[in-house]
Amino acid sequence: MRATHVHALYVHGTGRVRALEAHVKVAAMVAFVLAVVATPREAFWAFGIQAVLLIGAAAAARIPAGFLLRRLVVLIPFVLFALFLPLFGGGPRTQVFGFALSVEGLWGAWTILAKATLGVTASIVMAATTEVPDILLGLDRLRVPRLITAIAGFMIRYLDVTLGEMHRMRIAMMSRGYNPRWIWQNRALANSAGALFIRSYERGERVYQAMAARGYQGQMPVLSRELTRPGSWLQALAFPAFAWMAAVAAIIAT
Amino acid sequence: MHIPDGFINGATSLGAAVVAAGGLGTALRRGNRALKDRQIPLAGLVAAFVFALQMLNFPVAAGTSGHLLGGALAAVLLGPWMGVVVVSVVVIVQALLFADGGVSALGLNITNMGLLTALVGWGAFRLLMTLLPKRTAFVVGASIGAAWLSVVVSSLGFVAAYALGGSGQAPVGTVLGAMTGVHSLIGIGEGLITGAIVAAVLGVRPDLVYGAQKYELAASRRLMPGRMAIGGFVAAGLAVSLALVIFVAPLANSNPDGLERVARDQGFIATAEDSATAESPLADYSVTGVENDRTGTVVAGLIGTILVFLVGAGILMLVGRKRPQPKSEAGP
Repeated sequence: MRATHVHALYVHGTGRVRALEAHVKVAAMVAFVLAVVATPREAFWAFGIQAVLLIGAAAAARIPAGFLLRRLVVLIPFVLFALFLPLFGGGPRTQVFGFALSVEGLWGAWTILAKATLGVTASIVMAATTEVPDILLGLDRLRVPRLITAIAGFMIRYLDVTLGEMHRMRIAMMSRGYNPRWIWQNRALANSAGALFIRSYERGERVYQAMAARGYQGQMPVLSRELTRPGSWLQALAFPAFAWMAAVAAIIAT
Repeated sequence: MHIPDGFINGATSLGAAVVAAGGLGTALRRGNRALKDRQIPLAGLVAAFVFALQMLNFPVAAGTSGHLLGGALAAVLLGPWMGVVVVSVVVIVQALLFADGGVSALGLNITNMGLLTALVGWGAFRLLMTLLPKRTAFVVGASIGAAWLSVVVSSLGFVAAYALGGSGQAPVGTVLGAMTGVHSLIGIGEGLITGAIVAAVLGVRPDLVYGAQKYELAASRRLMPGRMAIGGFVAAGLAVSLALVIFVAPLANSNPDGLERVARDQGFIATAEDSATAESPLADYSVTGVENDRTGTVVAGLIGTILVFLVGAGILMLVGRKRPQPKSEAGP
């Protein structure tokens, strides 16, 4: 449960990738992922170029390889699905190591593995080099509706608070000698889930009142809104630009 | 259920992105009008809850996974439009920060898990409430039913996206059987949690439940259904899942085919030229193969459904024994 702590997303460090403004990085990441998706599946070399670009960015940001691999775990269900495709896919079949595998299924598995891995890695690199509040500010600067960034901000703040409260309630229940484990003991479990919600909500109300008393009007004040350095866009967009060149070359070639 | 990049083709993703942008835009406009300043923290809190709910994952037979969705809970607590916004925010944050769900598939994921769950959940809740007496216990019951339905419909959305533009031509009938079977079970967990939270909030602060505001219910304790009622709900849910697998999955072989055929006739399916074997799905589901396909799908679906139920119950008991958590009723 603690492993999903939001701060675990960020890898501390310095360097050129972290110095880039958040909104520039988010835009570059989205453009890169779109390039990956647009690349035709037959163009192995184009995916190779895109992978090299990503690895370069991760290396420049000094993100440990182990961290990247651990975060890639979110892909596992779809990797399983991809493995299932060649066995059960339709269409003509081909012999691989004595198994009759669906050609279309093999292509499908390859597409999912290649594109999903590149896409996930791109967003991991972005999240690992940008602190969460900066990403939200960056989304604001990219004209994402304020309601969305405001709710996302509260959500991320409440996540840890709620998990902490849940932990304390569990300890309180166990220290009173109650240890519900069966479904017909649901009254205790359901009541804790409900109590957790109400406690968190009433804390939220107090937090809101404290914020309103200090002048909150639906928008967090920005303490230092530095202007985007002119070089930033150029530096950041070079990254998806190469990916797009590979994608376009691959589209023309096939 | 979080679709990654490259899983569904570009044309379908783009179409879903247009739907998602339209739906989310409408929700933002309508929601903003109804939203008081002080409700933003409530929305954020519900989003955090939905996020936590979505961390509970269950394996699905065909190799994908499913999890609780939380859309109906958000809709009942905050209203349909804010419900859409809240679940969409969760999906956006997951894609950008947690790399869960592809950035290019964001439209698909918002449509599936944000729009469908919240709107279907809300619709079912309102429909049930017009039929049921306007009393607290029935509000809880209606949210349980709405939560179950929203999860099943969302899994149908996933199958529809796969049928329109999925990679690799897995038999759509198998995907459908596995997804609806498992999600009608996950729906039980979703229903129980949604009911528990709605009941608890109604018991203490009925003013916070948007869906019940106009009934002017008084705060009252002791709303939780007893042991018999829960057992009945679990048994009914399991029965419906099995019935779905037995009676709906066989029909699946013709349904997505129809969908594909319509899509091809209308010319909005780009896969037709992408996939080298445009003719083969039809060949696959032709009359000669149907008998085998049907029994195969049903047997696979039944085994998968029962397996998931047993695994879920087992996990519930193990988790309950070692580390009782306030949330561990999510097991089934």
